[in-house]
Amino acid sequence: MTDTKQPIVEIKNLSKSYLRGIQTIPVLENINFDIPEGEFLALMGPSGSGKSTLLNLIAGIDKTDTGTIMVGGLDITSMTETELAHWRAVHVGFIFQFYNLIPVLTAFENVELPLLLTWLSRKERREHVEMALQMVGLADRMDHYPSQLSGGQQQRVAIARAIVTDPTLLVADEPTGDLDRVSAEDILGLIARLNQEFGKTIIMVTHDPHAAEKAHTIRKLEKGILNAHP
Amino acid sequence: MHILKLIFRNALRHKLRTFLTILGITIAILAFGILRTLVNAWYSGVEASSSTRLITRNSISLVFSLPLSYKEKIRQVPGVKNVSYAIWFNGTYISEKNFIPNFAIEPKTFLELYPEYLLPEDQKTAFLRDRKSAIVGRKVAERFQWKVGDTISLKGTIFPGTWDFVLRGIYYGAEKSADETQLFFHWNYLNERLKKTTPRRADQTGVYIIGIDNPGQAAEISEAIDNTFKNSLAETLTETEKAFQMSFVTMTEAIVTVVQLVSFMVIIIIMAVVANTMAMTARERIGEYAIMKTLGFGGWHIAVLILGESLVITLTGCVLGIVLTFPAARYFGNTMGNFFPVFSVSTITIFLDIAASFLVGLIAAAFPTWRAVNIRIAEGLRRIG
Repeated sequence: MTDTKQPIVEIKNLSKSYLRGIQTIPVLENINFDIPEGEFLALMGPSGSGKSTLLNLIAGIDKTDTGTIMVGGLDITSMTETELAHWRAVHVGFIFQFYNLIPVLTAFENVELPLLLTWLSRKERREHVEMALQMVGLADRMDHYPSQLSGGQQQRVAIARAIVTDPTLLVADEPTGDLDRVSAEDILGLIARLNQEFGKTIIMVTHDPHAAEKAHTIRKLEKGILNAHP
Repeated sequence: MHILKLIFRNALRHKLRTFLTILGITIAILAFGILRTLVNAWYSGVEASSSTRLITRNSISLVFSLPLSYKEKIRQVPGVKNVSYAIWFNGTYISEKNFIPNFAIEPKTFLELYPEYLLPEDQKTAFLRDRKSAIVGRKVAERFQWKVGDTISLKGTIFPGTWDFVLRGIYYGAEKSADETQLFFHWNYLNERLKKTTPRRADQTGVYIIGIDNPGQAAEISEAIDNTFKNSLAETLTETEKAFQMSFVTMTEAIVTVVQLVSFMVIIIIMAVVANTMAMTARERIGEYAIMKTLGFGGWHIAVLILGESLVITLTGCVLGIVLTFPAARYFGNTMGNFFPVFSVSTITIFLDIAASFLVGLIAAAFPTWRAVNIRIAEGLRRIG
């Protein structure tokens, strides 16, 4: 549907394998595809198909063996660890299956965490955090610790943390995998809203066909090979 | 929200574990401080010695005496300002457990050479006037609740018999390092009695104490004194007071070395304990560190978190240990005052406590930090869930 738009992610000849003992296990083989800006893409596939690995590579938290990944015109495969860390802080928001909030920090402090890497003042940080928490509907829970929140609420805090820096790309790895049906629906609605209202490019890995239905595009990975465009 | 806040909250995450680790460090720092103070107490005589005093003794051994006639010859050696003499008496007060270091001295010159022993003027005059009198240090007077005017009876060991003295003065140390645990009486009183009982032991002294103006000439003056008595019946060995005191410490050097080794062992043991705590902590939080790295935090942020937490724990224990060292040292000083006239915690000991705590904190966190900083994000994330 968005093929006419400029691609924000361009993947060329991407391969990745892992060493298990002395054995080399190929995970991704010769992947080539583009993701247009503003896309909501669902990556599906059975366990071990390489979808999380592909997501990690696009998000710059793992290194390719061969091939290139261009994000927003930048070749992230040629970046050093430090450059990648800086790039991730500015351009990528992460949503994980298990929320991955820091348990000793309040909802406010968890959302504020990525902003500590910016030059924003304390007041500006507060404004950004309050806005992000408002967007996910948790403005009244900002002083709560993760243990005082439900799974769905924790995932919303994680989403607020992902969007607080206003990244160009949002990556979500099984964002509803640890949630009940109602909370999952709620979170999927929120993610879809971020795409529709704020134009965020979203790449979501999921097992759940119902969750994948929310996406504009579904791509399937099987044994490290990306199926042809549907 | 600042990194510092996160460090403190992390440190308090496992309250019992942190409390026990801090308790261990507190005890280690306390033990280290007391052992270092013990070593310092051993060297207190050396530290208190003056660079303007020389000691001349019999070159064979301190056990052998020197003739009193040497006094005038020593006084004539160029560079010598003043000469006094003293002999170890080793009298016992009631029983041996009441040990008091006691010496027969030539009082006038002795007090001139030891200005660090402060005696009220009236007590000094009374002491100099009365040949059967004695003076004691403040700590001895407090220990036996003696007052000026009391009669003190010592049982002679080297010089047999019962020796009665009238206490004419109680001296105070001008400096912290001055020994306030001694008893001094007139050499003349001893000598007069020896003349009657064992004349061959009379007119002898144990050491000469020599005052000089220029410490830089100590070696030349010592050599000149010893040359004066070369090939005589009692050849001399002259050395600085510091070297003289050091020779006593050297006799017990093995004990001092063991105490020093134990003090360092305590630190090494606590280092292992803290390293274990930090290793457990870092292993438990490896997923969180991976999350932080994912969000864009660099390796040095992670290092600051782990090292900071380690330092918060060790320095808290250090502060508590230092605070407890003072009353503990006072208690030891009171109970072992007979053996250690000066038992006070030095500034260097405090600095060593702090340095040891820093070192323990940094070394204990080094390996966990290295692991956390170098773990691949994808691998760290796999540990969650």
